[in-house]
Amino acid sequence: MPLNDELRRFVTDNFMFGKVGNGFADGDSFLERGIIDSTGVMELVAFLEEQYGIKLHDEDLIPDNLDSINGLARFVESRLQPN
Amino acid sequence: MLAHRGPDGTGFHIDNGVGLAHARLSIIDLAGGQQPMCNEDSTLWITFNGEIFNYVELREELISKGHRFATRSDTEVILHLYEEKGEDCVENLNGQWAFAIWDNQRRRLFLSRDRLGVRPLFYTQAKNTFVFGSEIKAIFACAGISREIDFNGLDEVFTYWCTIPPTTLFRNIHELPPGHSMTVEAAGVVVRQYWDCQFETTSKVDDPSQQQARADELLELLINATQVRLRSDVPVGAYLSGGLDSTFTTALVQKFTNVRLRTFSVAFDDPEFDESFFQREAVRFLDTDHQEIRCSKNQIGEVFPEVIWHSEKPVLRTAPAPMYLLSRLVRNSGYKVVVTGEGSDEVLGGYDIFKETKIRRFWESQPDSQVRPILLRHLYPYLQNVQNQPDAYRKAFFHINVDRQQRPFFSHIPRWQLTAKLKTFFSDATRAEIAVDSGFSKVRDRLPQRYSSWDSFCQAQYLEAKYLLPGYILSSQGDRMAMAHSVEGRFPFLDHRVVEFASRLPVSLKMKVLNEKYLLKRCAAGLIPPSVAKRQKQPYRAPEACSFLQPAAHDYMRELLSPEQIRRDGVFDVSAVAMLLEKFRKGAVMGIKDNMGLVGVVSTQLLLHQFINHFEGRMTSYAA
Repeated sequence: MPLNDELRRFVTDNFMFGKVGNGFADGDSFLERGIIDSTGVMELVAFLEEQYGIKLHDEDLIPDNLDSINGLARFVESRLQPN
Repeated sequence: MLAHRGPDGTGFHIDNGVGLAHARLSIIDLAGGQQPMCNEDSTLWITFNGEIFNYVELREELISKGHRFATRSDTEVILHLYEEKGEDCVENLNGQWAFAIWDNQRRRLFLSRDRLGVRPLFYTQAKNTFVFGSEIKAIFACAGISREIDFNGLDEVFTYWCTIPPTTLFRNIHELPPGHSMTVEAAGVVVRQYWDCQFETTSKVDDPSQQQARADELLELLINATQVRLRSDVPVGAYLSGGLDSTFTTALVQKFTNVRLRTFSVAFDDPEFDESFFQREAVRFLDTDHQEIRCSKNQIGEVFPEVIWHSEKPVLRTAPAPMYLLSRLVRNSGYKVVVTGEGSDEVLGGYDIFKETKIRRFWESQPDSQVRPILLRHLYPYLQNVQNQPDAYRKAFFHINVDRQQRPFFSHIPRWQLTAKLKTFFSDATRAEIAVDSGFSKVRDRLPQRYSSWDSFCQAQYLEAKYLLPGYILSSQGDRMAMAHSVEGRFPFLDHRVVEFASRLPVSLKMKVLNEKYLLKRCAAGLIPPSVAKRQKQPYRAPEACSFLQPAAHDYMRELLSPEQIRRDGVFDVSAVAMLLEKFRKGAVMGIKDNMGLVGVVSTQLLLHQFINHFEGRMTSYAA
């Protein structure tokens, strides 16, 4: 499954319980759309670490990395790139 | 149906188309206080649940005006005061009450409920019949009353954590709001507000030279409020949570009365919730006879169906369950009255939501400041989920972007918006039944005229005292859990003289910068153990939705949350509930919203099961 779809699947199942309503675009802000609240962000972190074997540090926990499907995909890809 | 509220006797009065019934929990005048009770010439009949704490003084006054008493009970005092003052009699009462007086000559029923909503009162009108009771199940036991869910009530619980009276969870069943009375006669039904929380219009600056005098005045009021709450012909016990409030009320009993108290507390297996260290400190310091109950997740799961049977509405937290177990301990120990510290947080400024309001206002005054929102880190230190979040997310949650329509609710917008997200779990059919109300108009329409002139701290206090206090704290977690085992709670902090005194205090004496209950702490210094006085505030909480994964909950979880049952009941979305359950079973990281969501879904399903689908079965079990 493409990365964006995989991330979208997790977000819709886990935070929206499958009820996507009018849907949301890959660039939409989770916070602005009310999709992920502040207490949910750690769930997202746990998912990224478990699913992709990457480690997130406190300085990674910023909306640029975690607040949209595109942001998440960019972040995960950058971490999965071999140095 | 109400034997749990009054196991000591039953009485009926039938009079030409009117019937009054009473289940008695005998506390004052054990021999003479049977009800329904009438006046000398049988023109007035009363059925009454509660206590009038100033009945001794009122009785003397009434005797001096020529009234003759046949009993020593507080019930009879209400009757004579009604003779003297009519419907205004309630303004002279200091107490917690729900009563109905049948005025035979005027063919009129007068009902009233206490100022803060300690005692419950529900009613319905069906054709030409008016039926009322302390609990909804008593009304449902009458023939010809339909039992249907009121989706607006459900919507309110999933927004405000409680219903907004007169709405209840059931269509055509109404709750008389706290501080209201009503009359019922052939000409119609009239509901009238006789009391409301009121605050000072301007935010006064504290005069430091007056602080000690104010602390002395508060202490004197609280001593008297506690003393009159010990008026009883049966022994009085106390709940002792290990926090400031109940330790303080216990201290007042120990130090200013001759009563040697028996105290009761809940301890938890899970150290995240357990306060037994502070409970033991208080017991040692105050030298009480103490008993505790240790509560596990499995026990919470086990008693939860009974909790919902008694609360008669869904809840979003499991915290009522340990209170149910605690009242059972009290009753099994031979006690039926307890003094508790409830109300202090609302009245004297203890809750974190008040701190949250102050910090958000402080930030709002310079919205571009990068430094001011750092104070948000002080909020909810006991909630790991909140503490673990990055600052950017914390700022997004405790936001200050409140539009004009929502402005009156600045303090509560983050909480209500978070809670309203739980409606994700509603089915399409349920959503269709609910009117969209993003401006919280149900609450806005009921705000007092001067509300907009109050400090936002006082506005937050008003919303807490007006809705969550009676609608959840005093009911689902208070009266209903205590009365499930025939135990009556008494609340010194909710003496209306204390409430009115506190409402006139400058905000800075309630919360000095971010130091909550500042004036109360000053009163309590020396009367309670230093460790309790200095401890960081920890609100009472219990293990949440994980309780439903315990063995004791397996049977009802399997039955009531099965896709088939969810579909049959139609309130929730089948796949959304299945995904939520799956998330729990996998043991994934659970947010506050998920926990509240599962507790809300389980409690609603239990409510449907017991009150809509199988009510006759529950009635039969009562009769047996």
